[in-house]
Amino acid sequence: MTVLTICYALVFYAATVLLVGGLAWKIADYARTPVPLKIPSTPAPPSTGGVALRMAREVVLFESLFKSSKWIWGLGWLFHVALALVLLRHLRYFTEPVWTVVALAQPFGLYAGFAMIAGLAGLWARRLLVERIRYISTPSDHLMLVLLIAIGVTGLGMKYVSHTDVVAVKAFMLGLMYFDWQPLPADPTLLVHLALVAALMAIFPVSKLLHAPGIFFSPTRNQADDSRERRHLAPWAEKLEKAKP
Amino acid sequence: MAVVEFETPRLKEYPVIPILQAGAMAHSQPFAAAAPIQKALGFPGELVEDWQEQAIAKMGELLGKYRSLKVYLDTCVHCGACSDKCHYFLGTGDPKNMPVARQDLMRKVYRRYFTFTGKYFPKLVGAEDLTREVLAEWYTYFNQCSECRRCSVFCPYGIDTAEITMAAREIMDSIGMGQKYSNEIIGKVHKIGNNLGLPGPALEDTLAGLEEDIKDATGADVKLPLDVQGAEVMLVTPSADFFSEPHVESLIGYAKVFHQAGISWTLSSHASEAGNFGLFIGNYEQMRSISMRVREAALELGVRRIAVGECGHAWRVAYSFWNTLIGPFDFLDQNYPVPQHICEVTYDLIRRGALTLDKAANDHRIVTFHDSCNVARGSSMGNMPRGQFIIPREIIRACVNNFHDMAPESIYESTFCCGGGGGLLTDDLIELRVKGALPRMEALKQVVDEHGVNFMATICAICKAQFGKVLPYYKFDMDMVGGVHQLVSSAIRLGAKQ
Ligand code: SF4
Ligand code: SF4
Repeated sequence: MTVLTICYALVFYAATVLLVGGLAWKIADYARTPVPLKIPSTPAPPSTGGVALRMAREVVLFESLFKSSKWIWGLGWLFHVALALVLLRHLRYFTEPVWTVVALAQPFGLYAGFAMIAGLAGLWARRLLVERIRYISTPSDHLMLVLLIAIGVTGLGMKYVSHTDVVAVKAFMLGLMYFDWQPLPADPTLLVHLALVAALMAIFPVSKLLHAPGIFFSPTRNQADDSRERRHLAPWAEKLEKAKP
Repeated sequence: MAVVEFETPRLKEYPVIPILQAGAMAHSQPFAAAAPIQKALGFPGELVEDWQEQAIAKMGELLGKYRSLKVYLDTCVHCGACSDKCHYFLGTGDPKNMPVARQDLMRKVYRRYFTFTGKYFPKLVGAEDLTREVLAEWYTYFNQCSECRRCSVFCPYGIDTAEITMAAREIMDSIGMGQKYSNEIIGKVHKIGNNLGLPGPALEDTLAGLEEDIKDATGADVKLPLDVQGAEVMLVTPSADFFSEPHVESLIGYAKVFHQAGISWTLSSHASEAGNFGLFIGNYEQMRSISMRVREAALELGVRRIAVGECGHAWRVAYSFWNTLIGPFDFLDQNYPVPQHICEVTYDLIRRGALTLDKAANDHRIVTFHDSCNVARGSSMGNMPRGQFIIPREIIRACVNNFHDMAPESIYESTFCCGGGGGLLTDDLIELRVKGALPRMEALKQVVDEHGVNFMATICAICKAQFGKVLPYYKFDMDMVGGVHQLVSSAIRLGAKQ
C-alpha cells in the first residue's frame, strides 16, 4: 500500500463524512426551523399534490428561471442535466455488476462531459461579461466555476489525452466502499481530478451548493395556497395564543 | 435630511435594463423615528450603545424563528436572474437595488457571524463585519424595498427579498433605528384606531356626510353604518377610504353594492383600519396585535362575515395571515370564505344577478387594471387558481365597455409595484417613489398611446395614493387612478332592483 493510496483513501473518507454529515446537519437545521407564516408565491397550488408538481417542475425544468432569463436558464439547465448524466456514468466505478441504466448511459455521459463544460463556460462568461452579474459576484462564485470546469477538463483529459487505468480506479473505489483498500494508480491527471472532487464534496455543505437542499425548504415554493382553509401556527407563535378574546 | 432635486426618468418606448450607476440612490433615506415614536412600540428610542452585539443577537434569534430567512441567506447562487426584476433598480440604476445585491447587504453579515466560510475566509465569500457603514447601508437600501416580492417570482429558489428586508427592519427597530413613517402610523393605530388618526366621532361625521352626498347624487338612501350590532357583514377597509380621493369613491361603491344586494353591513370604529404596517416592519407581534382588533370587533358586534376593502397589503395579511394570527374563525358563517375580499363579495353578487350594472355609465372611461403586488403575489381570491387576477377584471368588465390590459410582463404575478408600497409612501422618499414607478408608467404609457386609456383601476389604497402623487411627474393626469369599486359605483343603477 503506497502512501499515496492511503492519503487518497483518507481524504475521500473525510470528504464523504463532511458531505454527508454536513448536509444532514444542514437539512435537519432547515427542517427544525419554524415557518411562522404562509408565504407561498403566485401561482401557488391549493393542495400538497400541486405543490409536489410545482416543486418537480422547479427542480427538473427550472421553471421560474425559464420565466426569468432564457440565457441563464439555457446555460444552467445544460450544465445541470449534463452533470446528472456524468454522475450517472460515473456510477460504473461504484457498482459491480454495473447497473443496466448506468451501462446504457455511458455514451451519453461522455457527450455530457463536453456539454457540462460548455454550460459552465457560458455561465462564467456571463459572470465576467454582464455588468450586473459581475457586480454581484464574489471570488468564491468564480472559484466554484473554476473548480467544476477543472474537474470536467481533467475528467475528459483522462478519456481523450492520457488514459488512466480505469479498472484499477474502480478497484480503488470499490475497495474504499468495502473497507478493503486497493492501490490507486499514480496518474497525475487522475490525482488532480480526484483531489478536486474531494474538495467539492467537502465544501458542499458550507457553500452556495446548499441551493440543492435549499430549494425544497423554500416556503414561497413549498407551501400550498390554503391559508383560509387550514390554520397554520408555528410553535413559537403558539404561546401568544393565550391572550386572545 | 433635505429632499434633493432629482430628474424624473424619461419614459422609453421599450423597457431597457439600465447600466449600473453605483451609489445613485445612496443619499435616499427615510426620516428616522424619534424616540417617542419608537418607545410607543417598545423599541429603543435611539441607537443603543452595544448595537452591534444586539443586532447580531437579534439576527440569530430571527434565524431561529424564520426558516425563510435562514434558507434564503444560504441558498442564493448569485445567478443574477433577479437582478433586473426590481422596479427600484429599473428606475434608479443603483446596483444595490438589484434584489440579490439588497439581500447581500444582510448576507455578508450573516456569513461573517454565522457561517464557517465567512468566519474563516471572509474575503473569499464576501463576508463583512457589521460596521457603522454597513448599518447605514442597511438603513438606506432596506428602506428602498417595497417588499413587493417580484424578485421572488423569478428566482429559481423563490428567494423572497421581502423576507430579508423585513428581518433587517426588525433588527434595526430592535436597536433603535426605526423608520418614522411606518412606526408613527403603527402608533396611531394603537392609540386612535386607524392609520390616519381619525377618531370615532370624526368618522361618524364623515360617514353621515357621505350618505348625504350619495342621496344628492342618486336619490337613494344608501347607508354607511358604523358599529351596528348583529349586522351580517363587518367591512374592514383602509382608513384612506374614509376621506382621501379617489379612495372614498370606492367606499361609496361598496356601500351601494351592499345596499342593492340588501345585505346588512357595518363598519367598526374599533377596527377602522384594514392596513397593517406591522407587515412592513416585519414584526409578528405588531402584525398580530393590529389584526387582533378585527377579531375583537367581529366578536363584539356579533357579525357573521368579515369583508376587506380595497387595500393590497391588508388583503395579504387578511388572506394569508389572519387565520394564523387571529383565527380560528369558527364563530363566523362558514358558508363564506373568511375573510372575504370586497371583490369576492361583489363578483358573487354579479354572478347571481343581484346587481344592476349599466356599463354605458362608464363610457367616458377607457380602463386598464394595475395588479397590486400584495394581492398578486401574496394572496388569492375566489378559491380558484389566479382568482386574484380574474375576479377584479371580471368586475371591471361587468362595469365598463372599454378595457385593455397592460403588457403581459407587467401584470398578473409579474406586476410592477406602484413604487410606494412596503412602508415607503412618504414624502421623504419622493425621489425613490417617482423613480420606482418608472416600469409601471412605461407600461401605462403604452396602453395610453395604443388604446387611449384614461383610467387605471386598482384595489390598493397605497397604489391609489402613490399614483395620485407620481402620475403628474410623468405628465399624466392624477385623476387617472381609481378603485375598482369606483367603477362599480358609477355603473350601478340603484332603485332598479328593489
Ligand atoms: S421585494 Fe420588490 S422592491 Fe424588494 S427587492 Fe424584490 S423586487 Fe425589489
Ligand atoms: S435569482 Fe435567486 S439565486 Fe439568483 S441571484 Fe437572485 S436571489 Fe440569488
